[in-house]
Amino acid sequence: MADQNLGENDEPLLVAKSLSKSFGRIAACRDVSFSLYPGEVLAIVGESGSGKSTLLQMLSGQLAASAGHVSYRMRDGVTRDLATLGEAERRLLFRTDWGFVHQDPAQGLRMAVSAGANVGERLMAVGWNHYGRLRETASDWLTRVEIDIARIDDAPRTYSGGMRQRLQIARNLVTEPRLVFMDEPTGGLDVSVQARLLDLLRSLVAELHLAVIIVTHDLAVARLLSHRVMVMKGGLVIETGLTDQVLDDPREPYTQLLVSSILPP
Amino acid sequence: MTAMIDVADAQKTFTMHLQGGVELPVVSGVTFQVNPGECVVLSGPSGAGKSSILKMIFGNYRCDSGRIGIHHRGAVVDLATAEPRQVLNIRRSTIGYVSQFLRAVPRVATIDVVAEPLIVNGMSRTDAQARAGELLHRLNIPERLWQLPPATFSGGEQQRVNIARGFISDLPILLLDEPTASLDAANRAVVVDLVAEKKRQGVAMVAIVHDDEIRHLIADRIVDVTSFAAAA
Repeated sequence: MADQNLGENDEPLLVAKSLSKSFGRIAACRDVSFSLYPGEVLAIVGESGSGKSTLLQMLSGQLAASAGHVSYRMRDGVTRDLATLGEAERRLLFRTDWGFVHQDPAQGLRMAVSAGANVGERLMAVGWNHYGRLRETASDWLTRVEIDIARIDDAPRTYSGGMRQRLQIARNLVTEPRLVFMDEPTGGLDVSVQARLLDLLRSLVAELHLAVIIVTHDLAVARLLSHRVMVMKGGLVIETGLTDQVLDDPREPYTQLLVSSILPP
Repeated sequence: MTAMIDVADAQKTFTMHLQGGVELPVVSGVTFQVNPGECVVLSGPSGAGKSSILKMIFGNYRCDSGRIGIHHRGAVVDLATAEPRQVLNIRRSTIGYVSQFLRAVPRVATIDVVAEPLIVNGMSRTDAQARAGELLHRLNIPERLWQLPPATFSGGEQQRVNIARGFISDLPILLLDEPTASLDAANRAVVVDLVAEKKRQGVAMVAIVHDDEIRHLIADRIVDVTSFAAAA
């Protein structure tokens, strides 16, 4: 994808060092290290059971690592180890500087309240209380994710799958986060709906200078959205590099298998 | 004069793990330099590794050994060992690549596809679109098509959109992979002119061209790739 986001000499936003997670005797994720820079989109690819979702949970502070740590450069410029954050600080981070787009929008949205309230809620959580401004910002964001503002008072349970996913994205981006985690964001969608969503994500990511860590098993999604990929298998990162390099010139047997399994368009 | 591209003893082999680990040597000992304002054409039969060399210079294929020195913002960077972020920065401000096929983004208008490289480097949308319009005009893409995404265009039209996008920016290095393959005579002549203008601006170019006449018109020097054929 376009690389207009990347600056030359900036500091990393998030650094993972030797992250591991075991469930009993099973090592779900072993010794993963990388740095993510502002505006950089990293795709974590691999099949089910490869450890990619476990890794995403650790990176986003939702699952404690068995070993290793994750540090994040906060908005005030201070880099903190996620494990040392208090619960309140972690929640604030999640409501402001981070977003999390789930595969199933029902997990990231409140299905029974209006679309406008879904978007406004995150702003209220950071202290917005002027109804007019909340509504204005919410309609603005619905427009940006191509939802007809005539639907602002409808609850997302009346929305199609594609609209729900776009609403979830609006809800996440309204607080102008610097980092967004995405877990198979195009997962359960029809192909045509997927294309539209990807296209929208691609332009929003570039426009807002977002750093993104996206977990996907779909290499086409990785190619369209990411600068860099990490290929995981059996809890290990087996290959990593520039996205087009890894996909056009895969080195590891497993990556070659993944790439050769794509049906030609 | 400092070379813009300095390839030294670069080597590339594909290991096909799904075919029992067969080793497919592509090229070895690739060594040549390209100076500012010079167009080097790679020659050799199909399968000799011309496109692979171009992809190695763009960082799309990895090098197994050797060096790919790129003059980037006043310093020489070895692309063969550069970090992904650095490769992306080099692609943004130093190396452009005109491939044979347009990898179009589904919903973006042609004029914006062409203008994007300039906007990325900080030009205003209006100015970038004005320059994109000029180039599309020169390449005979009618104005009524500019607002449409190029996905539905003919092969020749898509290639011309791709050429416009590749030639629009002021990058000091351009890699051209068969830029005239599906063009008619009039449009081939436009591409020859565009290459000549880039030379006058001091751009270093590496091209693959099968058409003898075009090769004769744009090449300052020919590098025969057969000499780099890897011993199989």
